[in-house]
Amino acid sequence: MSNHAPKTPPAAQNGKLIQIDHLVKTYLLGEVEVHALRGVTVEVSRGEFVAIMGASGSGKSTFMNILGCLDKPTKGNYALDGIDVSVLARDELARIRNSKLGFVFQGFNLLSRTSAIENVELPLLYGASTAKDRKDRAIRALDMVGLGDRVHHYPNQLSGGQQQRVAIARALVNDPRIVLADEPTGNLDSRTSVEVMGIFQKLNDNGITIILVTHEPDIAQFAKRHIVFRDGKIRSDKINASPKKAAEVLEDMPTIDEEE
Amino acid sequence: MKILNILLSAFRALQRNKMRSFLTMLGIIIGVAAVIAMLAIGQGAQFSVEQQISSLGTNVLIVYPGSQNVGGVRMGAGASTTLTEDDANAIQKECPAVSLISPGTRAGGQVIAGNLNWATGIEGTGADYLEIRKWGIEYGDFYTDQDVKAAAKVCVLGKTVADVLFPDASPVGQTVRIRNVPCKVIGVLTKKGQNAMGQDQDDVILAPWTTVKRRLTWFPYLRQVLVSASSPANIPVAQAQITELLRMRHKTPPYEPDDFTIRNQADLANAATATTQILTILLASIASVSLLVGGIGIMNIMLVSVTERTREIGIRMSVGARARDILTQFLIEALVLSLLGGIAGIILGVSGSSAISSLAKWPTIITFFSILLSFGFSIAIGIFFGFYPARKAAMLNPIDALRYE
Repeated sequence: MSNHAPKTPPAAQNGKLIQIDHLVKTYLLGEVEVHALRGVTVEVSRGEFVAIMGASGSGKSTFMNILGCLDKPTKGNYALDGIDVSVLARDELARIRNSKLGFVFQGFNLLSRTSAIENVELPLLYGASTAKDRKDRAIRALDMVGLGDRVHHYPNQLSGGQQQRVAIARALVNDPRIVLADEPTGNLDSRTSVEVMGIFQKLNDNGITIILVTHEPDIAQFAKRHIVFRDGKIRSDKINASPKKAAEVLEDMPTIDEEE
Repeated sequence: MKILNILLSAFRALQRNKMRSFLTMLGIIIGVAAVIAMLAIGQGAQFSVEQQISSLGTNVLIVYPGSQNVGGVRMGAGASTTLTEDDANAIQKECPAVSLISPGTRAGGQVIAGNLNWATGIEGTGADYLEIRKWGIEYGDFYTDQDVKAAAKVCVLGKTVADVLFPDASPVGQTVRIRNVPCKVIGVLTKKGQNAMGQDQDDVILAPWTTVKRRLTWFPYLRQVLVSASSPANIPVAQAQITELLRMRHKTPPYEPDDFTIRNQADLANAATATTQILTILLASIASVSLLVGGIGIMNIMLVSVTERTREIGIRMSVGARARDILTQFLIEALVLSLLGGIAGIILGVSGSSAISSLAKWPTIITFFSILLSFGFSIAIGIFFGFYPARKAAMLNPIDALRYE
C-alpha cells in the first residue's frame, strides 16, 4: 500500500497517526457556500482516546467524515498513518477505509436479516482472505466485545447494546489503526452506554486509537483528550487528566432491571 | 471481493425477499418459456411441411405446358397446348436420367355412387403414377399400362372419396358414375393426409389419363407430365435433358423462351420452408416481446432494491467496498434473477411444448439452438437491465447512503 502513496510527509516518521494541516471544507448548498470547516490543524498520536465535541453545525461531523476517508477536504492536507489521503481517488480511499479504519455509528448500521458473524465478516469480504480466515477473525472480534455466545444471532434478536457491540466487532475485525465512533451511545440507555464505553476503554488499553464524536459531556469523560469544535474551527483541545473508568462507574450504577 | 462471495451474497439478498424474487423471475420464466414453445411450434411446422413435401417423392419433376409469353401475352400455367402425348413418350425414351413418367390431365365433376354423390377432382394419370409419388394401394389394384392404352373405364378412389361414397361397404368392384361415365372401382388408395398447402390429398379419384381425356374432357393435350429422375442427384440432369428435348421437339428458336415449365420438389420445398421460417420468426419475435417486458420487470425491481438498500450500500462502502464491488454485486443479483428465471423458463417451455404436442397433436421440435438462444437471451437481459440500477448503486456517495432513511 505504501508504495501507492503519492507522497509521504516528513512528519510521518515521528509516530503521529493523524496529521491534519489547515483543513478546509466548503459545501455548495444551492447558491450558498457553507463553510463547514475553516482551517483545522490537529495531530493525533497512536494510542490516544479522543472525544470530539461541539454543537450540531459546529463541523464535527464533517471532520469525522474526512477523518474516515468518506469525504475529501476542499483544501489542506490530511496524512493518515503516513499516507497523504487528501489526494487519493475514490477506490483508493475505499482501500484505506478497509485496511486502516473501523467505523461505529449511532444507529449501529448492521445489515438486517444477516447474522452477527456475517455482519462482522463484511469488511473481510472486500479484502483478500479465505473463508476460514474470515470466520476465525470474526469469532475472535466477537469474543473481544463479549459476544462469543451470540455469533449466529440476528440483529433483531439482540439488544441495542449487543447490536452496538457487533458493530464494534465489525470495526475491529480488520485490525484497524483507528476506530472512529460517531455518537456510538446516542441510541443507548445510560448503563449500556457506559458498558460500550468500557469496551472502547479496553480496546484503547490494548493500544487501539479511538476517536469518538459525542455531544454528551458524561460520555466524553471516558476519553483522554477533548477537542471542542465551534463554527468550523477547533475552539479548545485539552488533555483530560483523569478520565473516568467505565468499570468503576458501572459498579456504582444502580441496576435498573426493576420498575420503580 | 471474490466472485464466489458475490454470488453467495446475491443469493442471500434474493432469499430475503423470496416472493418478490419469484415474481420478478416470473416475467423471465414466461418470456423464455414462450420463446421456446413458439420456436418449437414453428420448427415443428417446418419439419412436417418438409416431410409432406418429401412424401410427394423426392426426385419428382413436373413438366407443365406453357406459362410463357405468347406474343407478349403471358398465359396462365396449364392453359397452353404445347405438351402432347408424343412429348411424354419422347421424355420416357430419350432422357437417360428419367426413370418413370406419368402423363397427366385433369377433370372436375360430380361423382355418383348409388344414392350418394360428391364433387371431387379426377386425376388422369399413367400406370406408374403411384410409384413416382411413393403412394400405395390400401386394397384392390391399380390400373395397368393395358388399361391406359385401352382407356378402360376403371378408377381408383382416394380414401376420403371412398369413405364418403361407400360409408358401409367396400368400394372395390362397385361402379361410380363420373359425369355420367360409369367407371368400375378397382382399388382404394392409402391415406396421404394434407399436402403442404393444406389440401386434402385423399379427396381425389385417379383414372387412366386416356380415359379422362377421351371420355371426360376431350382436351387433346396434356396438363402435366410427372417425371421421376433416376436419383435425387440426377434431378438437374433430368431437367436439362427434358428442356433440351422439348425445345428441339417444339422447334423453339434459341432466342425464344421455353414454352413449358419444369418444377421440382426442391423449389416447392424451399418456398414452403421459407414460409414456415417466417412463421417461426414471427412467433418467436412476439414471444421475445414478453421476454423484454420481463427484463424491464427486473430493472424495476433492482431499482427498488437499490433504493431500499441504500443504507446497506453505504455500510458496505464504509467498510471498504469499492464502486466496482457494489456494481458487481447488484449486477450479479440481476443476473442470478434472470438466469434462474431462464432455467425455469426452459424447463417450463420444454414441458409446455410437449404438452402442446400431446394435447393439440401439433408437432413440436425443441432444438439445442432454441434452448441456447433463450439462455443467452436471458443472460443478455440480466446484464442489460441490471446494469443501470447497479451503476446507480455504485455511484452513490457513501456519506449520503449512510444517512439515508
